[in-house]
Amino acid sequence: MKRKRIIRAVCSVLVVVSTLFMLQKLLLPKYVSDVVEGRLIAEYYAEEKDHDVIFIGDCEVYENFSPKILWEDYGINSYIRGSAQQLIWQSYYLLEDTLRYEKPKVVVFNVLALKYNEPQSEAYNRMSLEGMRWSMAKVKAIQASMTDEEHFLDYVFPILRYHSRWSSLKAEDVEYLFADRKVSHNGYYMRVDVKPAKDVPEGKMLADYRFGENAYRYLDKMTKLCRDNGIELVLVKAPSLYPYWYDEWEQQIEDYARQNGLLYINFLELAEETGLDYNSDTYDGGLHLNLSGAEKITAYLGQVLRDEYHLADRRPEERLSRIWADKAAAYEQDRKRQEEEMEKQ
Amino acid sequence: MFFTSYEFLGFLLLLFVCYYTVPKKFQWMLLLLFSCVFYFMADPYYLIYISVTTVSVYYLGLKIEEQAEKQKAYLAAHKGTLGKEEKKAYKERVRKRQTGLFLAALILNLGILAVLKYTNFVIANVNGILHAAGSGHTIAFVDLLLPMGISFYTFQAVGYLIDVYRGTIPAEKNLFRFALFVSFFPQLVQGPISRFNDLSQTLYEEHEFAWSGFSRGLQRILWGYFKKLVIADRILIGVNEIIRNPDDYTGAYVFAGMMFYALELYADFTGGIDITIGAAQCLGIRVTENFNRPYFSKSIKEYWRRWHITMGTWFTDYIFYPISISRPMLKISKVSRKYLGNRIGKRVPVYLSSFAVWLATGVWHGASWNFIVWGLGNWAVIMISQELEPLYRRFHARFSVEDKTGFRIFQIVRTVLLMSCLRTFDCYRDVPLTFRMFGTMFTAGNWNILWDGSLLGLGLQLTDYAVLLAGTVLIFAVSMLQRSGSVREKIAAKPYPVRFAVWYGLFLIVLLMGVYGIGYDASQFIYNQF
Repeated sequence: MKRKRIIRAVCSVLVVVSTLFMLQKLLLPKYVSDVVEGRLIAEYYAEEKDHDVIFIGDCEVYENFSPKILWEDYGINSYIRGSAQQLIWQSYYLLEDTLRYEKPKVVVFNVLALKYNEPQSEAYNRMSLEGMRWSMAKVKAIQASMTDEEHFLDYVFPILRYHSRWSSLKAEDVEYLFADRKVSHNGYYMRVDVKPAKDVPEGKMLADYRFGENAYRYLDKMTKLCRDNGIELVLVKAPSLYPYWYDEWEQQIEDYARQNGLLYINFLELAEETGLDYNSDTYDGGLHLNLSGAEKITAYLGQVLRDEYHLADRRPEERLSRIWADKAAAYEQDRKRQEEEMEKQ
Repeated sequence: MFFTSYEFLGFLLLLFVCYYTVPKKFQWMLLLLFSCVFYFMADPYYLIYISVTTVSVYYLGLKIEEQAEKQKAYLAAHKGTLGKEEKKAYKERVRKRQTGLFLAALILNLGILAVLKYTNFVIANVNGILHAAGSGHTIAFVDLLLPMGISFYTFQAVGYLIDVYRGTIPAEKNLFRFALFVSFFPQLVQGPISRFNDLSQTLYEEHEFAWSGFSRGLQRILWGYFKKLVIADRILIGVNEIIRNPDDYTGAYVFAGMMFYALELYADFTGGIDITIGAAQCLGIRVTENFNRPYFSKSIKEYWRRWHITMGTWFTDYIFYPISISRPMLKISKVSRKYLGNRIGKRVPVYLSSFAVWLATGVWHGASWNFIVWGLGNWAVIMISQELEPLYRRFHARFSVEDKTGFRIFQIVRTVLLMSCLRTFDCYRDVPLTFRMFGTMFTAGNWNILWDGSLLGLGLQLTDYAVLLAGTVLIFAVSMLQRSGSVREKIAAKPYPVRFAVWYGLFLIVLLMGVYGIGYDASQFIYNQF
């Protein structure tokens, strides 16, 4: 009798756990069509973790820098850990998370995220945080990011968040139940289409131009974390024309970089040096660069990184070269696919 | 802490673990502690109000009883030495003192309730009168805290006080035990309004963990969540769309909103009570049932015997009967019999007492004319039905339809429709608007919206309607099964795989189809505001 009860209990638990697991898998957004940014963070874990440079930041890194160029031109092995509207504390904890696996020589952080001092949007939080593997870094990232309407438990059991998706499931939810589809090239989200930058709006007057205390606190933490781990932190401002980058913001970053002995590169001021053309190098009117623009500024950045930090050319490493050869092939295939699609339109 | 929040579930889980871990003699103290924490988490200031009610009713209840005991001792000591008149005079003096104490407690507690709940209603009416009189003067509204469940715990405490005053129950000697009776958290939010006699023993006694009772409690909680999250909070979207935009939704939309609201209110209130009773059952505590399949009632009178039962019996026992047998009412009865004849005259006191009950019921439900009109509407319908009773009897005798299923269904549908019509006063912002919207049902001529897809514009998708339909059918089926006994017991008699499939299936339905989380406006239970 007792044995029967134990078997019954074990079977019940198995049924409950397996059905809940399957349902959760099914209901989670797959981010394979339309909004693919939700997949970017998770893709990192499948990588060989031996990077010289890690980029962290929002769309201004994952759409504006191409790790493939850093490899091909300079033999620098790099990866972008960025997602849509990635807030500075998310970047900080993603860096902490990255350091669990590897210790890069240089970390490149895009400073636009400093404009946000408080949690912003649940949808973007989800895209930044869901892909992270569980660790204390993730727990802290969630706690730092949650808006008032969010609940920590919804991150632990995402089925609670996505339970209502049952009525809007698509074929892709079944297709990618267990299957994976890479959407980035070492964290870089490729776009080859072109939309020239025209009539870029001027920035509106702000009541206070000073970056918030919370944002500064995480920048300090990031600086310290890099220093403690012997990592060079490079601050960059990508050449995106919008959101507007104010002179007052520029001044604060310049001051911060000087006070902390950090290299700061503002690509908005380097259009001539990088050869960036806003008529052909952006796909959305100046918000983000397309492939051509990203390759141009990455080429410039690679030169700086090599000169400033003497990063070794790793192209002679056979194993890494083989990996990158495959990556380059996928990169070219993606480019070709997109160009063909553009031609069809 | 909403019943529908993760915090509440965590709170319950923690309580269950602690409750069955601590020595049994401390169980009731633990319940009191958790009840205080529950109330404190809602708002720390709430504790002040409930403490005033608890301490005042406890103390004055003891004092009332003390008078009775003194009287008993005095009469025993002077047995044989006191004349009949002296005894009577002494008893009257004691009764007077008891009445003084009783009134002090009553005025204090009902006063708190009245001030907190009705001050702004009074101010609004005074301002209306001033405006109508052409005065430019207005009185500013006051920002008063309205403690959660104040009407419920005040009524429960007052009910206890009346019982002590009447001598039907002994006063509770332990302040903390009494505090638990007033503040027992599952029923603090929306009732039921328990009687001290019913609740006290089960509340204070020691409870051994028993899986059968505990699992039944969990099942009841799950069923409550199904009604609240899957049905009530889903249809709420449509109800809100209709009643918040009266200019856009007239005629048949009003009818649709009325029927939606009937379903929402039922699922919301009974769901909340299921969670309350289920949580108590998990603790081994029996809480009075508050509903008995009310939508199967064949008349409004029967409906009110089956809906919010504890409130109905409270008003009957503590308002209707005392008024009916009060001296002024007896006088009225005498006069009305004299001038109106025995047949009509004897009904006058009943109607007046009933009027007072329904007025109080309306006022209790909310500080607005809508509720007062709603209460009196109920009274009018019940009185008219009563007056037409001989006519009904003649009709039934002539056509002998009373036992026919079709006629019973007609009576049930009629009752639901009547109740739904009366409840429109619950929905719209004021009485004239309610009448206007009700009127459009007969003038707008847009009944086609019920089937031409217009209802999909209310914020509810086709899948929502499918869930609502299936959910309503399930509730109906369960209600039908309940007629022959507890459904949970019936399920418990089935083989394990069936039991598991039923309860786990229900859990998955609540998990997946419940309206909760981001993107939904977490709605509080409707009856919390009372």
